[in-house]
Amino acid sequence: MIEFENVNKTYDDGTEAVRDFSLRAESRETTVLVGTSGSGKTTVLRMVNRMVEPTAGRVLWDGRDVATMDAVRLRRSIGYVLQEGGLFPHWTVLRNIATVPLLENTPKDEAMRRAAELLTLVGLDASLGERYPSQLSGGQRQRVGVARALANNPLVLLMDEPFGALDPLVRRDLQREVVRIREALGTTIIMVTHDMHEALMLGHKVVVMATGGRIVQEGSPEQILSSPADDFVAGLLDASGMMAFVNGDRA
Amino acid sequence: MIYDALAWLADVSNWVGDAGIWMRLVQHLAVTMAVVMVSAVIAMPIGIAIGHTGRARALVTLSSGAARALPTLGLLTLFGLALGIGLTAPFLALVVLAIPPLLAGAYSGVESADPATVDAAYAIGMTSMQVLRHVELPAGFPIMLGGLRTTVLQVASTATLAAYTADFGLGRFLFSGLKTNRYEVMIGGALLVVALTLVLDVALAALQCVATREKRVNGDGAVSGQ
Amino acid sequence: MTWVGNNLSLMASLFLAHVMLALPAVALSVAVAIPLGWLAHRSPTIRGPLLQVVGLLYAIPSLALFLIVPSLFGLEMRGSANIIVVLAIYGVAILVRTVTDAFDSVPADVLQAADACGYSLWRRFWSVDLPLSLPVTMAGVRVVVVSTISLVTVGSVIGVRSLGTLFTDGFQRGIVAEVVAGLVLTVLLALAMDGLCVLAGHMLTPWTKSSRLPRRVGFIGRSRGALPATPVTTNEEGSVP
Repeated sequence: MIEFENVNKTYDDGTEAVRDFSLRAESRETTVLVGTSGSGKTTVLRMVNRMVEPTAGRVLWDGRDVATMDAVRLRRSIGYVLQEGGLFPHWTVLRNIATVPLLENTPKDEAMRRAAELLTLVGLDASLGERYPSQLSGGQRQRVGVARALANNPLVLLMDEPFGALDPLVRRDLQREVVRIREALGTTIIMVTHDMHEALMLGHKVVVMATGGRIVQEGSPEQILSSPADDFVAGLLDASGMMAFVNGDRA
Repeated sequence: MIYDALAWLADVSNWVGDAGIWMRLVQHLAVTMAVVMVSAVIAMPIGIAIGHTGRARALVTLSSGAARALPTLGLLTLFGLALGIGLTAPFLALVVLAIPPLLAGAYSGVESADPATVDAAYAIGMTSMQVLRHVELPAGFPIMLGGLRTTVLQVASTATLAAYTADFGLGRFLFSGLKTNRYEVMIGGALLVVALTLVLDVALAALQCVATREKRVNGDGAVSGQ
Repeated sequence: MTWVGNNLSLMASLFLAHVMLALPAVALSVAVAIPLGWLAHRSPTIRGPLLQVVGLLYAIPSLALFLIVPSLFGLEMRGSANIIVVLAIYGVAILVRTVTDAFDSVPADVLQAADACGYSLWRRFWSVDLPLSLPVTMAGVRVVVVSTISLVTVGSVIGVRSLGTLFTDGFQRGIVAEVVAGLVLTVLLALAMDGLCVLAGHMLTPWTKSSRLPRRVGFIGRSRGALPATPVTTNEEGSVP
């Protein structure tokens, strides 16, 4: 379980990205932070693996303040998927996936064997293993990014707009893949997206955020759909073509 | 040793006369300017033509590469053997070395004009020459100036070495000091050369700065005057 | 041409002496320029002044430095160390800017991914920053290699043996063939070393040429570099059905 306790983040230039943010992300569930750009959702996400340090408040992982853990060790135990994959262009697909195990001094052949398994797990053909990222399609790269994040059997997976750059069909495919992987591995997932459709499809809990990290509404997809808290949430639903489902009878 | 050199530099009697520092300095600068002018007359039109037409681009890359790989001293001694110990040999060798950077500057300057603007200029009915005059040359001016700056510095620097084969310029102090084991003359001369290049570099940078700023103002005026 | 035939062993020994001056100078400049360039890349306050100083250094004629550097650093003027140090200064002057650009060219999202994977700064430098900066850095190294090989010859006027000795000796004795031989050998050496650099670059950065790989197979999926791997994969994504 990941808990945010009254977290604040003010950057050096004075911009306040997040103010008094509190949230519980349950274990083995997918929590989706959804909002427009500038809502501080990525900032919040990055506090979990200490890519961003809060200026006030605490982030707890199973009751332990992450600030007390070694940042490098913490990051190796949490999977992180970036938009566009963020793959290392100078390494082959397999070497990319094996990054964290090799950092943890796993023997090379064992790490590579595990990488090959993960390649299959994310639905890629084994023959892609020796390719470089530049030889893959966008969707393939993103799958490799997911595989890399899973390589160290993380209990927590952070996903920052993971499918933002993909075309709708590929996107749908990968979203299903994430559901399948979570069900198979029981990973706790926190995901950031600006796509309400994606949030409702993947989230056990959906957190709608507005400027400054303000939580506008928090609840299950059903709750969000059946009773949007205000015009802002309704607007997000509308923009993603979900308004037709609101209140059922209007459909 | 540095102190002896500074003492040599401080001695006024070393500055005057036919072989004094002033005379050598004037020779050095005069040769540098003359070389740059002659080379510019040869290289600029060719570079501009290559940039404008987009033909024979390989010539630019090839000449830059050759200039980098060709040892200056080899060229100077070869020309010296062929033409004797007068000024002609080092002058020609310096011209050969000055052409590539000028060519590259002129070419990349013209080339740097925004293709969309060039396209638009043709679209409104400008002739090839008008495009060159009103679009490509103004756009490429700063880069060409940069090429000129590099060239002046390179020629001034190489002219020092050219004193190995001819009796001119500040380089003479280095070689005569070296030959007669008068280290204060040798190092004093070297310090002069360093000072000259640094002053030239800063002065040309300032000139470049002023010229590009003025050009921007004039350029705007020219466009609105169209 | 009879001169060349009679002096093959002299040419060989000067050629070797030349290489023994040029290679250490290049190695030294790379070793110094990479940390400096990384520093300039990391710190904007260091960047400006450093690049300025380095630009000025490059403007100074090599001959002047050959004479001044020994008295500044207490080196033997006619020794190899003087030549190597001075040429390394030039090499650094050329390389620092390129290396700075090279580190700048490493994509930010890749560095973030490395941080998120749990790389320490030191380990990230060796595993990610440095290898990804190599394609740009190697371009600078090629320039340094060629210009260093050419500049080594200047040392001959103060009496340091290299292929440049063929110029000074040929000039003083009036032997054109000797000067021409020097020119040809120096240029050949520069070309050979440049070729080796290209080769080394290909070996050190195998991923850069790989993006061209799909084109060899055909124009399938050229737009995103996608390439159906085997007949097993069916859809555009290459996922196993």
